[in-house]
Amino acid sequence: MPTANIVTAGKTPRLKSRGGISDTNLLLLITISVFIAMYICAILFLGSGFLKPQTFFNILNENASLIILSCGMSIVMITGGIDISVGTLTALVCMSSAVHLDYQGGSVLTSLLLALGIGLAFGIVQGFLIAYLEIQPFIVTLAGMFFAKGMTTIVNATQFNVENEAFRALKATRLYVPGMGSVNKLGAYVPAYVEIGVVVAVVTAILLFCLLRWTRLGRNFYAVGGNTQSANMLGINVKRTKFMAYLLCGLLAGIGGFVYFLHVGSGSPSHASGAEMNAIASSIIGGTMLTGGVGNIAGTFFGVLSLSTIKNIVSSLGLDEAWWTNITVAAMICLFLVIQSVVLLRKNKSKQ
Amino acid sequence: MTTSTKTPIQAPPQRVKTGSLLSRLTRHQIFIPIAALLILVVFNLIADPSFFTISLDHNSAGNPVLSGYLITILDNASELVILAIGMTLVTAASGGQDISVGAAIAIGGSVVLRVLCGTDSRPEVLHAPIIVAFLVCCLVSMLFGAFNGVLVAYFKIQPMVATLILFTAGRSIAAWINNNELPIISDATFGYFGNFIPGIPIPTPVFIAVVCMIVIAAVLKFTNLGLYTQSVGINAHSSRLNGIDPAFIKFITYVIMGLCVAVAGFIKVSRFSTINYSVVAKDIEMDAILAVALGGSALSGGKFNMTASILGAYVIQFLTTTLFKFNVVSSALPAYKAVVVILLVVLSAPVVRERLGILARRFSPAKPAKEVG
Amino acid sequence: MQEGAVLELRGICKNFPGVRALQNVDFTLREGEIHALMGENGAGKSTLIKVLTGVYPKDEGTIYIRGYDGPAAIKSPQDAQEMGISTVYQEITLCPNLTVAENMYIGRTKSSLTNWKKINRDAGELLDTLGIPASPTQQLASCSIAVQQMVAIARAVDMECKVLILDEPTSSLDEQEVAKLFNLMINLKSKGVGIVFVTHFLDQVYEVCDRITVLRDGQLVGEYVIEDLPRVLLVSKMLGKELDDLDGVGKADARVGYDAGGVSVMEASQLVSTAGIKPFDFSIQKGEVNGFTGLLGSGRSECVRALFGADRAIGGTLSMNGKKVRISKPLDAMKHGIGYLPEDRKRDGIVGDLSVRDNIILALQVMKGFFRPFTRAQAEAFADEYIKLLDIKTASADTPVKSLSGGNQQKVILARWLLTNPVFLILDEPTRGIDIGTKLEIQKLVLKLAAQGKSVTFISSEIDEMLRTCSRLIVMRDRKVVGELTGDDLTQNKIMTTIAGGENP
Repeated sequence: MPTANIVTAGKTPRLKSRGGISDTNLLLLITISVFIAMYICAILFLGSGFLKPQTFFNILNENASLIILSCGMSIVMITGGIDISVGTLTALVCMSSAVHLDYQGGSVLTSLLLALGIGLAFGIVQGFLIAYLEIQPFIVTLAGMFFAKGMTTIVNATQFNVENEAFRALKATRLYVPGMGSVNKLGAYVPAYVEIGVVVAVVTAILLFCLLRWTRLGRNFYAVGGNTQSANMLGINVKRTKFMAYLLCGLLAGIGGFVYFLHVGSGSPSHASGAEMNAIASSIIGGTMLTGGVGNIAGTFFGVLSLSTIKNIVSSLGLDEAWWTNITVAAMICLFLVIQSVVLLRKNKSKQ
Repeated sequence: MTTSTKTPIQAPPQRVKTGSLLSRLTRHQIFIPIAALLILVVFNLIADPSFFTISLDHNSAGNPVLSGYLITILDNASELVILAIGMTLVTAASGGQDISVGAAIAIGGSVVLRVLCGTDSRPEVLHAPIIVAFLVCCLVSMLFGAFNGVLVAYFKIQPMVATLILFTAGRSIAAWINNNELPIISDATFGYFGNFIPGIPIPTPVFIAVVCMIVIAAVLKFTNLGLYTQSVGINAHSSRLNGIDPAFIKFITYVIMGLCVAVAGFIKVSRFSTINYSVVAKDIEMDAILAVALGGSALSGGKFNMTASILGAYVIQFLTTTLFKFNVVSSALPAYKAVVVILLVVLSAPVVRERLGILARRFSPAKPAKEVG
Repeated sequence: MQEGAVLELRGICKNFPGVRALQNVDFTLREGEIHALMGENGAGKSTLIKVLTGVYPKDEGTIYIRGYDGPAAIKSPQDAQEMGISTVYQEITLCPNLTVAENMYIGRTKSSLTNWKKINRDAGELLDTLGIPASPTQQLASCSIAVQQMVAIARAVDMECKVLILDEPTSSLDEQEVAKLFNLMINLKSKGVGIVFVTHFLDQVYEVCDRITVLRDGQLVGEYVIEDLPRVLLVSKMLGKELDDLDGVGKADARVGYDAGGVSVMEASQLVSTAGIKPFDFSIQKGEVNGFTGLLGSGRSECVRALFGADRAIGGTLSMNGKKVRISKPLDAMKHGIGYLPEDRKRDGIVGDLSVRDNIILALQVMKGFFRPFTRAQAEAFADEYIKLLDIKTASADTPVKSLSGGNQQKVILARWLLTNPVFLILDEPTRGIDIGTKLEIQKLVLKLAAQGKSVTFISSEIDEMLRTCSRLIVMRDRKVVGELTGDDLTQNKIMTTIAGGENP
């Protein structure tokens, strides 16, 4: 996994930097440590199930769409905003694509385009309202969340499985991971596999990592989130940068929605419920600061993994009701929020 | 316009006068909810006048009850009105909204059932007096309110994000309180609070809502809560220099919000004598925020008008009931409401207002100039 | 354009709602000169710079820049950068979350990809040449404020600029860093860059500058070559008073009798607050009017904030009427009968959306207690009384205070504190930005209060105002009390020389 240390790693700084490690790297370090610690705990206390490669790859299979959504969320959060519409938007994308495939005779390609179109449309409208009309992001995306929720049931009110042949074939495609696998109870070797969505998610994550790390747009996201007024004074077009963040987030929700659709193979108004919370939680756990300017796609990736690992642990402990995972997620958000807040307050104090 | 050509000197003041009267009327906070209410009333009058009929029926127990859409609106709006009271204060002081109220209602309701039923999910007799259950519910809800308040006021986390935690976990905590069972209370007196008291044809929640309104009116009259919250919301710096503790005021509004949630939660469980953790008070936070916005209070904090918010809550319920009447399924409602929210916030956005102001100025002076020339 | 000029501003006007910030200001910057822009608070320096750098649009006037034919259209900070104007603002306008190197290059590189190796190397070289103790890969927030300011300067210097604007860059730097900055400025000057230098440290002006342009109340006072303008003259230009002019005006009124030997109403010894002032002593008698004076940024506001508990005290003691008191927050001070009219009316004074009435009763109401609100009739009576007493011009007591003019807003805050019947009233710049009539009213009021036996501490940028009202002046420079003037020493000349640093004309 690439980390944010690329720049600092190769060179020895001429001066011992006084503040030590940067915010981004500090929070990323916490995240990765938490993930590793958690996975080791899982292996130690919950048996060897967690040792099988497939357990790990299943986490990826289950969370491919969440990774994509979280990446979008991280970008928006880096600019200092938030987008809580992504969860219900995923449901809307699923439902629309499903209806398009089965009831309107669409092809997989057109349904993919539809998914991207819906995501983009949401991104453009929300981005315009937030960046150019300067309305609070939370209100705009809260409305977006409810709009998507309502639209989903207007498109189709009940759950149904997609029968389209091409789509089912695509859904069933398994990509075997070379060199990985385990021996099952009967002694046969079972190679580990991932679904197509995982490939999409990983590619997206890498692309976005590069975007944030090396492109002007990506760096502008950080600058705007760090200090909006300064960013303006430094010659950055703040409004366009914010707009692009929401546009990207919407587009990624479209992609994530389609990946989710590919994973479950059905449309339902209750799909991906609470996904926005999981995405926010993953970003926060991954070291993205709500106040903006700090965050990293690599962290977000580990944030998703940490979150799903802890969910797995919770369910392995026999607490497999859905409400336990919700409480765990909330507790994780709370913990990491407080960590961030403390980091921030301590920093402000030390400056005085 | 003929007068203005004859006596051009007198014309401008006249124009200003009528303009200011109209603008004063439209600028008054209460104008928006009243206008919205009027539109809804007229719409329903045209579509189906029977919307407004109220009849005296008898329910299954043989007690007289009033029924009709208007009664439904008054009845169902009760919880929303109570929440709107708390939400208005929270918005005014902290400049953000509490989105955990729906989940917190689930917790409050769950606590009530837990106290009344103990561990028995189908109790023959209540394990505790109803008043005790209510008080425990208030205490627990205020604790959760205090949790939100601490995050917002002392950890300085944005209100919506801070309350996101409870929003995520609340319904699960509610389920956990009752071990994920769905206790049902057979005791009839418990149902009085959410339905009808025998002999009184008006639904009890209406009375509870009225009591809450009287209480908040009294609180606003006999304490400085209104002055302090607004002052903190408008300018925390100068509030501090005048001896107010801004953090504590923000904190206290969340505790009050907790109390409102407790009352609303109590009504909710009483209505059904049971609870469904994932459905109870679903999306009510959206309605409560909308009520505040419709009441004309700025969502970014500061000045508020409690009457307008309460009226706003009734308008929202009116809208909901109207949509239901026209066979909009309940799950599609959010889409319509979201459109209303967006329209409201876009129209109240400073940038948009400024643009509109420039547009208005560009058009208005053009006329007199022509007349003079 | 004039011969040798790199930048010329002609007839610049800028109005804000209710304020004429700049009126017909001209300014010329020549090649290879360091040009000081001087003026007291509210004189229009910052506005002029923000107009020049495209942060504010100008209302009238033209800007000429060498190399561009005709008036230059500067609409945004980006435009200004492209035309070769680089700026270091007083407050640090960098992004704390980015690295030092990135802060130096973001927003001005054309390529859409970031070459980290290159910018780190370039930044490293630049930091080395300028002797800035920072690593390019270090996060900006981990640098001290001074280093951050140096990084901002490095960024500005690195741009191929014709004009460099330094808007009070030295306020956070220590002596060595200032010396480094000056070396750099002289170096750039020799390369032909025109530098606009805004500062309130007079020593620094005389150390490096070639020319001085003085602004006052949004108008140009004049442009001077440094040799022609001795320090005391500069101070008098900034304050708008000729040296021997008006000396001793109103002295008779000012000397309101008070018992100089009595117990101090308030006394502070070696008080220090979190705002970074040097420990100071202070005392005031019953019926006395005294004042803090000094240029903007000298620490006069921070002193009174410490007295009121607005900034937390971290050392020293306070006593009132001989008894030791603890003031840790404004409410404590209020309970001891102290009132404080803050310097920044908009940020710390008024509660904009609240009505005039609520603004007037606010402080008294808070003192009375949360559960004991005034009745509507009481509040109306208070408001009406003070609206009449101070002649506050408002449509009604229900009008939001933000829609009043500056002077009337100030009167509302005065009314707020008078209503609490304080024994000790602190007025920090009560007359700033308000019309002359209201100024006189406020001065008269101060004297009347003293006659009633109240103690008043008065701060003003206008010396004659202080002379008319105060019987004792505490002079501050560089966040330190440097003198105390009473009796015959209270003359314009003496004050100015003390402010300027003990040099006699």
